[in-house]
Amino acid sequence: MDPFTLTAHDCRELLSSGRVSATELANLYLDQIERVEGDVGAFLLVDREGALAQAAAVDAKAPADRLPWEGVPIGLKDLLCVEGMETTCGSRILKGYRPPYDATVVAKLRAAGLVFLGKLNMDEFAMGSSTENSGYHLTRNPWDLERVPGGSSGGSAACVAAAEAPWSLGSDTGGSIRQPASLCGVVGLKPTYGAVSRYGLVAFASSLDQIGPFARTVRDAAALLDLIAGGDPMDSTSLGLPGPITVPDRTDLGGLRFGIIREYLGEACEPGVRAVFDDAVAAIQSLGGVCEEVSLPSVEKGVAAYYIIAPAEASSNLARFDGVRYGHRAAGGVDLLDMYNRTRSEGFGDEVKRRIMIGTYVLSAGYYEAYYGQAQRTRTLIIEDFRRAFGAVDYLISPTSPTVAFGVGERTQDPLAMYLSDLCTIPVNLAGLPGISIPGGFAGGLPVGIQLVGPHFSEQGLLDASYALEQRLDVRSRPPIAEVTR
Amino acid sequence: MNDWEAVIGLEIHVQLATATKMFCGCPVSFGEPPNTRVCPVCLGHPGTLPVTNERAVEYAARIALALDCSIAPRTIFHRKNYFYADLPKGYQISQFDLPLGLGGHLDVELDDGSTFHVGITRVHMEEDAGKLVHAGGATGRIHGADHSLVDFNRGGTPLVEIVSEPDLRTPEQARSFLTHLRSLLQHLDVSDVNMEEGSLRCDANVSVRRRGAPFGVRTELKNMNSFRYLQRGLEVEIERQIEALEAGETIVQETVHFDPVSGRISSLRSKEESHDYRYFPEPDLVPIELDEAYVQRVRSSLPEFPAARRERLQQHYGLSPYDAGVLSANRELGDYFERVAELVNDDKLSANWVTGNLSGYLNAAGLEVGESTVTPEALAGLLRFLADGTLSGKLAKDVFQMMTESGREAADIVAERGLGQISDVGELEAMIAGIVDANPGPAEDFRHGNDRVLGFFVGQVMKQTKGQANPQLVNDLLRRRILG
Amino acid sequence: MISREEVEHIARLARLSFAGEEFERLRHDLSQIIEYVQILGELDLSGLAPTAHAVELKNVLRPDEPRPCLAHEVAMANGPAVEDGQFVVPRIG
Repeated sequence: MDPFTLTAHDCRELLSSGRVSATELANLYLDQIERVEGDVGAFLLVDREGALAQAAAVDAKAPADRLPWEGVPIGLKDLLCVEGMETTCGSRILKGYRPPYDATVVAKLRAAGLVFLGKLNMDEFAMGSSTENSGYHLTRNPWDLERVPGGSSGGSAACVAAAEAPWSLGSDTGGSIRQPASLCGVVGLKPTYGAVSRYGLVAFASSLDQIGPFARTVRDAAALLDLIAGGDPMDSTSLGLPGPITVPDRTDLGGLRFGIIREYLGEACEPGVRAVFDDAVAAIQSLGGVCEEVSLPSVEKGVAAYYIIAPAEASSNLARFDGVRYGHRAAGGVDLLDMYNRTRSEGFGDEVKRRIMIGTYVLSAGYYEAYYGQAQRTRTLIIEDFRRAFGAVDYLISPTSPTVAFGVGERTQDPLAMYLSDLCTIPVNLAGLPGISIPGGFAGGLPVGIQLVGPHFSEQGLLDASYALEQRLDVRSRPPIAEVTR
Repeated sequence: MNDWEAVIGLEIHVQLATATKMFCGCPVSFGEPPNTRVCPVCLGHPGTLPVTNERAVEYAARIALALDCSIAPRTIFHRKNYFYADLPKGYQISQFDLPLGLGGHLDVELDDGSTFHVGITRVHMEEDAGKLVHAGGATGRIHGADHSLVDFNRGGTPLVEIVSEPDLRTPEQARSFLTHLRSLLQHLDVSDVNMEEGSLRCDANVSVRRRGAPFGVRTELKNMNSFRYLQRGLEVEIERQIEALEAGETIVQETVHFDPVSGRISSLRSKEESHDYRYFPEPDLVPIELDEAYVQRVRSSLPEFPAARRERLQQHYGLSPYDAGVLSANRELGDYFERVAELVNDDKLSANWVTGNLSGYLNAAGLEVGESTVTPEALAGLLRFLADGTLSGKLAKDVFQMMTESGREAADIVAERGLGQISDVGELEAMIAGIVDANPGPAEDFRHGNDRVLGFFVGQVMKQTKGQANPQLVNDLLRRRILG
Repeated sequence: MISREEVEHIARLARLSFAGEEFERLRHDLSQIIEYVQILGELDLSGLAPTAHAVELKNVLRPDEPRPCLAHEVAMANGPAVEDGQFVVPRIG
């Protein structure tokens, strides 16, 4: 079996038909991890023993007694709390931290019988667009090992792209699922804010964070979304979805109207990316969909609003990392204040410190209205623009990222340049809308993603439309690393 | 000194007697072993989220309504950001500019009958911090401690903060206000309001000014844990401020601590600057909108408050101000009295026994009203025997004593011991006839004006009836028999 | 450029320490980003209410019923320093 050809649905079929045992399937992926991890570095922790134990438990049951997805392996972004399993959020400040509880989505997957392969690399505390801010090691793009996989869920995207797991979970605050999905040529979905419980997702920006699936196909992403969605009494901001997600099978786009977001096709957008996007538009039209240009003028202010709101919330969310109850504590602190300063300065990386400083600044006395207040009002304006657009069209489309994967180290010296790579994805988080990135094609051999955005809680329709487009585009998903033999 | 006036405002924290904490399901506890009533949420573990306790909201609404506040149609939580060892998240979830209750008041009656009006600025909800113990030093206080230990059992307990307007003018008024507030809160059944245990905490803001002048610089007196210390601490601080100002010094706005042992005020000013709490709306919680129906429901569930009850007891039962005062200050005692009064046709008698004999017994035995072995119905039974003359006052007291010890009904005890006062006129007449006939001499003495000799006859009747004859009746019947 | 005093003040609030070159670099980055976000001033936002949550929910409350607590050992397990069942912190003085 070649993991590059297996979808999660295929895995399920193999297991239920009895052609493959859960242990064999787990080993298939563990072997693949062995083979490529040296180059890709998607994982922070591979739990070989735990995964095989889970697989053995599945094998102990007759196929007829198993739940539908029992035995299918998955990778989990290290921002998700897994009880008893080291969870670092890509940060040195949480080295050795073992959560005393499972995140709600983790508990759901556990109850569904999925096999946890391990924890995936990420930008520290989800702050970044390249996974270069991980406190541990680099993750490389399986399509070109000298390039980044995107971020902050770079490990989650690379893992699927390199067939180290059929699917994975990541999180998205400003594009952290969609952008790496685009750069790595896989499917990534950010659900509507509130569709999936955040309990157990270490908070970055509470009003923006959502957990979502990475997969090789839209159908797989839909199935994983169905497994994790739902309101949760432990999360006051969660609502769930209006109903279960059924696996999409739509073959045409007749009767649907797609809005092309004008503001995302400006000079920031690389020509190669633009070309792939134009092909996607043509594909939509060939399927009977109608495309028209829409303008969302306020999205140009989205990055600015985001870089006030997200750091502000993050500066508060990260205050709990103080060396008292868990995580790193610096040695040699003469008193509490000294211990706090040392612990946090030693434990956090540069980008995290930068954002904590920005956040503290914009919330500090005298600045609140001018920054945070303004940003929250800008948010209202952005929501209004989207609402108006959805009055005219069913879905919005754009390139997911203005560029293909950039080189390792290329943007690390210029934080602002790094921030601007999230131009297309950020406003979707500010508005709390669902967004998906599907492979659109290639520019210079590197993946280009197409982003589709729908109104709140339109996940089913969004997945259906994405599926039809995905089938039409039929983008190959075998990166060079597939040919590596070790 | 005469033209100086103090200006005092109080900030009171009330720990709510809910079953669980404000934002998680850990039981609210007191005195448990450290860190045994905690969970990932109240320990501030990464990834955890708060969920608001509905009963805490109800209790807070009760407090706000009892203080005559208006309930905000939309109230939200804010984060108050600062670092401290007892604050697990590095912020406290509290309320800032959209608190639950605004603009109320509490009228306080002083002993001399005058009332003064104290405005309530706001009532809001928040969570409590953990408990810090300072170790390694001599005094157990922060200064000189070598390290500190943190217990998070208390962390997350629901608190309601009540802020008064700076309407108080003397330490006595402050104490009186706090006493009244405590009694009110007790009536609401929302908290143990025990200052020693920390379920009622009080900070005071105090400044002085010459009468007519604008407000002076205020200091904050923190964590006074008894009424007496509050009053004393305020007295000392006010004196300190006046002395300083009269000596030409200025008052620094700072936090001060009153040490009841030494009677001295010391500054708590730390090396750091004052906090910038960087308040912003709590993104993990959603707004609470209490509609008119909810507010009405809570309002109609409020118990009758002491002042109103006192009035009513005087009007309806004709009780003295003193008795009415006693029976309205303690809600359960008042309830007990009203139940007894329902069953017995003598309000004054009922009041006397409840405020006197019953209270005496409860105090001596160290019992709450609810723990009394004598129920209102049982006491009513006893009082009926008194009212109809079956028992004399003295005997009734004895029977009551036996009732408290045994928990038995008066009727049982009276019947068993044959204690019923003999009030049967026929029976007594017959007996009296016999005694008078047997003592013609003393009878003749009485007819000739020697009143005192009646006592001899009464004694004889009592002897024969073993003290159970109704004395008044005996008197009357003897006179009739002797005088014809 | 944000002043050095202001950067120091913010760092104090955030319990972070920076020295030398790191401090200057941070001061520069912070200034650049704060300057960038000023573009929000170009918008006419008068009359708009701020959005705290993109999806509107209200009155999410939980019944006052106890849930299981953590076992004491589990609660303390991740603690860097523990004494007498409590978390140790250096003197606060």
